[in-house]
Amino acid sequence: MNRTLYGNLIFELSKKGRRGYSLPQDYDRTHTTTELPEALRRKEPARLPECDELTVVRHYTNLSHNNFGVNDGFYPLGSCTMKYNPIINEEIAAMKAFANLHPLQPAETCQGALEVYYNLQRSLAELAGLSEFTLNPCAGAHGELTGLMVIRAYHEAQAAQAPVPSASAEGLTEGLRTKVLIPDSAHGTNPASAAVCGLEVVEVKSLPDGTVDVDHLRQLLDEMGPQVAAMMMTNPNTLGIFEPRVLEITEMVHNAGGLMYYDGANLNALLGECRPGDMGFDVMHINLHKTFSTPHGGGGPGSGPVGVRKGLEQFLPTPRVVMEKSKNEKVKELKSSPENDGLPYFRVITSSEISNPSNLSSSNSSLGSVGSFFGNFGVMLKAYAYILSLGRENVKMVGPLATLNANYIKERLRDVYLLPISGLCKHEVVFDGLVDKSTGVTTMDVAKRLLDYGYHAPTIYFPLLFHESLMIEPTENESKETIDAFIDVMRRIAEEAKNDPELVKAAPHNTPIGRVDDVLAAKQPVTTYWKSIEA
Amino acid sequence: MKEKQDAKVTAPSLTGRAGGGSFKYFPHTEEDLQEMLKVTGVSSVHDLFADVPEAARFKRDYNLLPALSESDLRLFFEQLTHPLNTQQLICFAGAGCYDHYAPSVVQNLIERSEFLTSYTPYQAEISQGTLHYIFEYQSMIAELTGLDISNASMYDGATATAEAMMMAWGNAKKATRVLVAETVDPKVRRVVDTYAHYHGVPLQLIPTKNGALDREALDKELAEGGVAGVIVQQPNYYGIVEDYTGIADQVHEQKGIFVINANPSDLAILKTPGEWGADVAVGDGQSLGIPMTFGGPGVGFMACTEKLIRKLPGRIVGQTLDNRGQRAFVLTLQAREQHIRRQKATSNICSNQSLMALYVTIYLALMGKEGLREVAEISYAGAHSLRDKLLATGRFKETFPGQPFFNEFCLDYDGDLDSLLAEATECGYLAGIKVGEKTLMLAVTEQRTPEEIDELVEIIKECKN
Repeated sequence: MNRTLYGNLIFELSKKGRRGYSLPQDYDRTHTTTELPEALRRKEPARLPECDELTVVRHYTNLSHNNFGVNDGFYPLGSCTMKYNPIINEEIAAMKAFANLHPLQPAETCQGALEVYYNLQRSLAELAGLSEFTLNPCAGAHGELTGLMVIRAYHEAQAAQAPVPSASAEGLTEGLRTKVLIPDSAHGTNPASAAVCGLEVVEVKSLPDGTVDVDHLRQLLDEMGPQVAAMMMTNPNTLGIFEPRVLEITEMVHNAGGLMYYDGANLNALLGECRPGDMGFDVMHINLHKTFSTPHGGGGPGSGPVGVRKGLEQFLPTPRVVMEKSKNEKVKELKSSPENDGLPYFRVITSSEISNPSNLSSSNSSLGSVGSFFGNFGVMLKAYAYILSLGRENVKMVGPLATLNANYIKERLRDVYLLPISGLCKHEVVFDGLVDKSTGVTTMDVAKRLLDYGYHAPTIYFPLLFHESLMIEPTENESKETIDAFIDVMRRIAEEAKNDPELVKAAPHNTPIGRVDDVLAAKQPVTTYWKSIEA
Repeated sequence: MKEKQDAKVTAPSLTGRAGGGSFKYFPHTEEDLQEMLKVTGVSSVHDLFADVPEAARFKRDYNLLPALSESDLRLFFEQLTHPLNTQQLICFAGAGCYDHYAPSVVQNLIERSEFLTSYTPYQAEISQGTLHYIFEYQSMIAELTGLDISNASMYDGATATAEAMMMAWGNAKKATRVLVAETVDPKVRRVVDTYAHYHGVPLQLIPTKNGALDREALDKELAEGGVAGVIVQQPNYYGIVEDYTGIADQVHEQKGIFVINANPSDLAILKTPGEWGADVAVGDGQSLGIPMTFGGPGVGFMACTEKLIRKLPGRIVGQTLDNRGQRAFVLTLQAREQHIRRQKATSNICSNQSLMALYVTIYLALMGKEGLREVAEISYAGAHSLRDKLLATGRFKETFPGQPFFNEFCLDYDGDLDSLLAEATECGYLAGIKVGEKTLMLAVTEQRTPEEIDELVEIIKECKN
C-alpha cells in the first residue's frame, strides 16, 4: 500500500492525447453524428480522463490494495453473511455464452440459460418450503419491496372478490389493508420498503430478551386487525435469536387476515434445520449474496429472489420461467434429433400474457414488474453453481456449522464483552460493548482497533436495542484456527482498553488512512472531482 | 469433452462423484467439532436448534441433487452453454440492452478479490478502494449527464426511473400526477407503473406522435397544472433523438421536476440532460461496455442538480480528510438512508450495484474523452449505413419518417416479420426486436462489422415471406 504515490484520482492522471483503447477503423463513414441538428448535440466534449492502458491498470490495482475483502481475511460483519465466494462460480458466470446473451432473444435459442433460471426458482422453493419464486429483484431491499407488493396485490384481489362491508371499512383506505407490523428490532430496510410500497408502519415492541412481545402484538391485532396487511419478521431476529413463539405469531396474524413476510437476511442460520414456509410464512426474500455465496461486490450486484406459498404464485412479477413438455416445432427443428421430442422446454412468461400494466389492481394477477429484464442473471448463475456444489448432503450443514461458530465465539468472549442475552444464538452473536466500560473505550474504538489487527470490523451500533451493539457473524466457512485467532485479538483489545485505552481510542494506526471526518463530508458535500477542484 | 447427442443434458447423469467425507468449503474436522461443541455446552450441532419448535423443524433431506465435483460442475455448465442449448447470436437487438465492447482490462480488474469480495464501505479506513472508485464514478456520471451530483448507482435504469418518479412526487407540494411519455421504453414504464401503483402516485401517459413525444398533448397537460414531474427518454424507445427544448421551463413553472432517462453511451455526443434543463437524469449504465448477460447485472445511474441532493436516494460518497490530514472518501449524507431514517428514508434502497459501477468507471477511464466519442460515431455510422441498405432492398419503409436517430431505429417490413426473424436466427443473427406487427427495431454498436451488416442485409433480401 502506498497512498502517497497512488492516491490520485483518475482525472489527475489524465494527459491530453493519451489513449487507453483501440477501436476498429474500417467502418462505413458515410454518416457522422454531425448530421444531427446542433440543438441535439452537447456543446462541450465530456471531460473524461485520457489515460494509457498501464496507467489505468496500475491505478485500479493500487486502489484494490486499499480495500479489504473476504479473500483478504476474516470479515465477521453481522447480518451480512460474508461467506466465501467460490472462485469456480466466477468462472461459470463469466462464460462467454452467458455473457453474450441478449435478454430478448428467442427462448428456443437460450434454453440453457432458461434451464438454470428455472432450476434456481425450483431449488429456492425447496430450500424455503414455499411454492414458487421470482428471481427478478436485484437486492434484498428490492426483494422486500417486491414481496410487499405481492402482499398488496393479494389483498387487492381479496377486496375485489369480497368487498369489505362498509361498517368495518372505517379507517381503511379504499377498503384495503394498509398497515404493516414490524418489530422494533428489524433491519431499517423493512420500514423503508413498507413506506415505498405505500404501507403504514406499526412498530411491535420487543421483550427484554430481544424477541417479539407477543402480548403487544395481540393488542395491536385486536386494535387494528382488519387493517393489517402483513407482519414482517426476521428469524433468527437481528439479535441472532430464534423467535421461539414464531408459530403462535404466524397463526395470530393469519387469523387476523394478514400475511407473514419473512426477511431472509438471516436465512443462513436455518439451512438444514428449518424452513420459512414450515414456520407459516407466506412471502419471503432470499439474499443470494448472503446465503448462497455470491460476492457482495463492494455493495452489489446482489440478488433478492422472492418466494411465495401456494395460492400466491399468480401475484409474482414477470418475467418468470416455466417448464413445459413442449412439442414446440422450433425447438424440435433446432435440436434436429427425434429422441429430443418431449424433452422439457423452458418458456418465459412475459407481462403481456399476464396483465395490462395500466390496470394492475383490477384482477387476480401479477403485481407488475420490478426490473427491465430477468434480474441479475450473472448472480443467479453463481448461486445455482453453489447449490450444485454443495448438493443436498452439504447444504444441510450450512446452518449448523454457522451456528456452531457463532455460539463458540459467544461462549469464549462473554467474560470480557457484555452479553445482553444469554442462551443459544444462531448464526450471529450480539454483544453490548465491553464488560468493563470504565475507561470509556466504545464499540467504535474496538471496531477500529480490529482493523489494525487485520480483521474487518463486526457490524456496530446495530441492532438499536443496545447502546454499544457489536454484532459478529462468522459463517460456516471459517475454521476453528481463524476464529480462535480472532477471539485472541478481541481479548487482547479488551486488555488494551483497560491498560492503554488511548491506544484503542486513537485506532486505527496501521491502515492506509486514519479516522475520517464525517461531519466535514456532510457539511459541504464534495461528491465529484469537479466540485473538489472548484473548492 | 465428448460431444453429446442430446441437447438437454441434465445433472443426474453426472452425480455421485463428488466424494464423501468433509467438504471443501467447510473446514471443521471431527476434532474441531468436538472441541467447539464442548465449549458451547451442547452435544450435537443439531442441539443448537433446540429453541426451534418441533413442528417447524425440517427433518428430511432437501429434494436437491447430490453434490457435484468441481469438474462435473464445469461440465454441467459447459453442456448448458453448448450451442444447441444456448446460442450466441450476432446481435442487432437493443431495446435497452446493447452489445458494446469492453477492453479486457475491465473484466480483469473488477475480478480482483479486494473489490469483488468486500461489502459496503462502512469502515472507510479499509475501504478506500471502493470509496475512491465510487467518487470517480460519480464524477464521470455527473460529467456525462451535465448535472451536479450522482449517487453511487442503482439496480438498473428502470428502477432508477421509478425512484425519480417517487422523488418528483415526494418533492411536490400540491401535485396531482406525474407525466410519463409513451416513448419511454415500455419495460421501464411497466416498472414505473408498478411502483406508482403501490406508492400511490397517479401517472398520466403523454401520447406519441410520429414516434416522438406529442408536444401539444404535453402542453395541454402542463397547462392544467398540478404536475409533480415529467419523465421522458433520450434517445427514446424507438431510437429517435427528440427535441426537448422548452420542456424544462414549462415544468419548472409549476415547481415540477424534469426527468430524462438517457443512454449514457450516446452522451459523448448528445445534448446532456443538464443542457436540456433536466433536474434528474437516470438510465442504464449497461451500454457502457457491460456484457449483456441475459439482462443483468447492469447498473442504473441517477444524477441530479445540487438543489435536490438531500432528496436523492441511495448511497453517496463524499470527499473529506482523515485525522492525519490526508484526502479521504467516505459515505456521506447518510441521514437520507434507510438504516438511519427507516420509514422516513428517501428510498428503501440499501446497496448499490457497486461492482458494476466499478466496471463503468474503468471502462470510461480507458475509453476516455475520445474513445467514448469514437464508439458513438462508429455505432451511429453503422446504424445509418444499415438503415440505408435495408431501405434500398425495397422491402422496408420508414416507420417514423424524418426523425433523427442515433444507433437504433425502426423500419416497417412488407412481409411476415416473424419469419424474417426466424430465418435470421437460423443464420446466427438476432436481427432486431419486433416492436409492432410490421415494425422491426434494430440497433448497431461498434462491435458490428461492415461484413456483418452486409450479411444481415443479404439474409433479409433472401427472405421469401
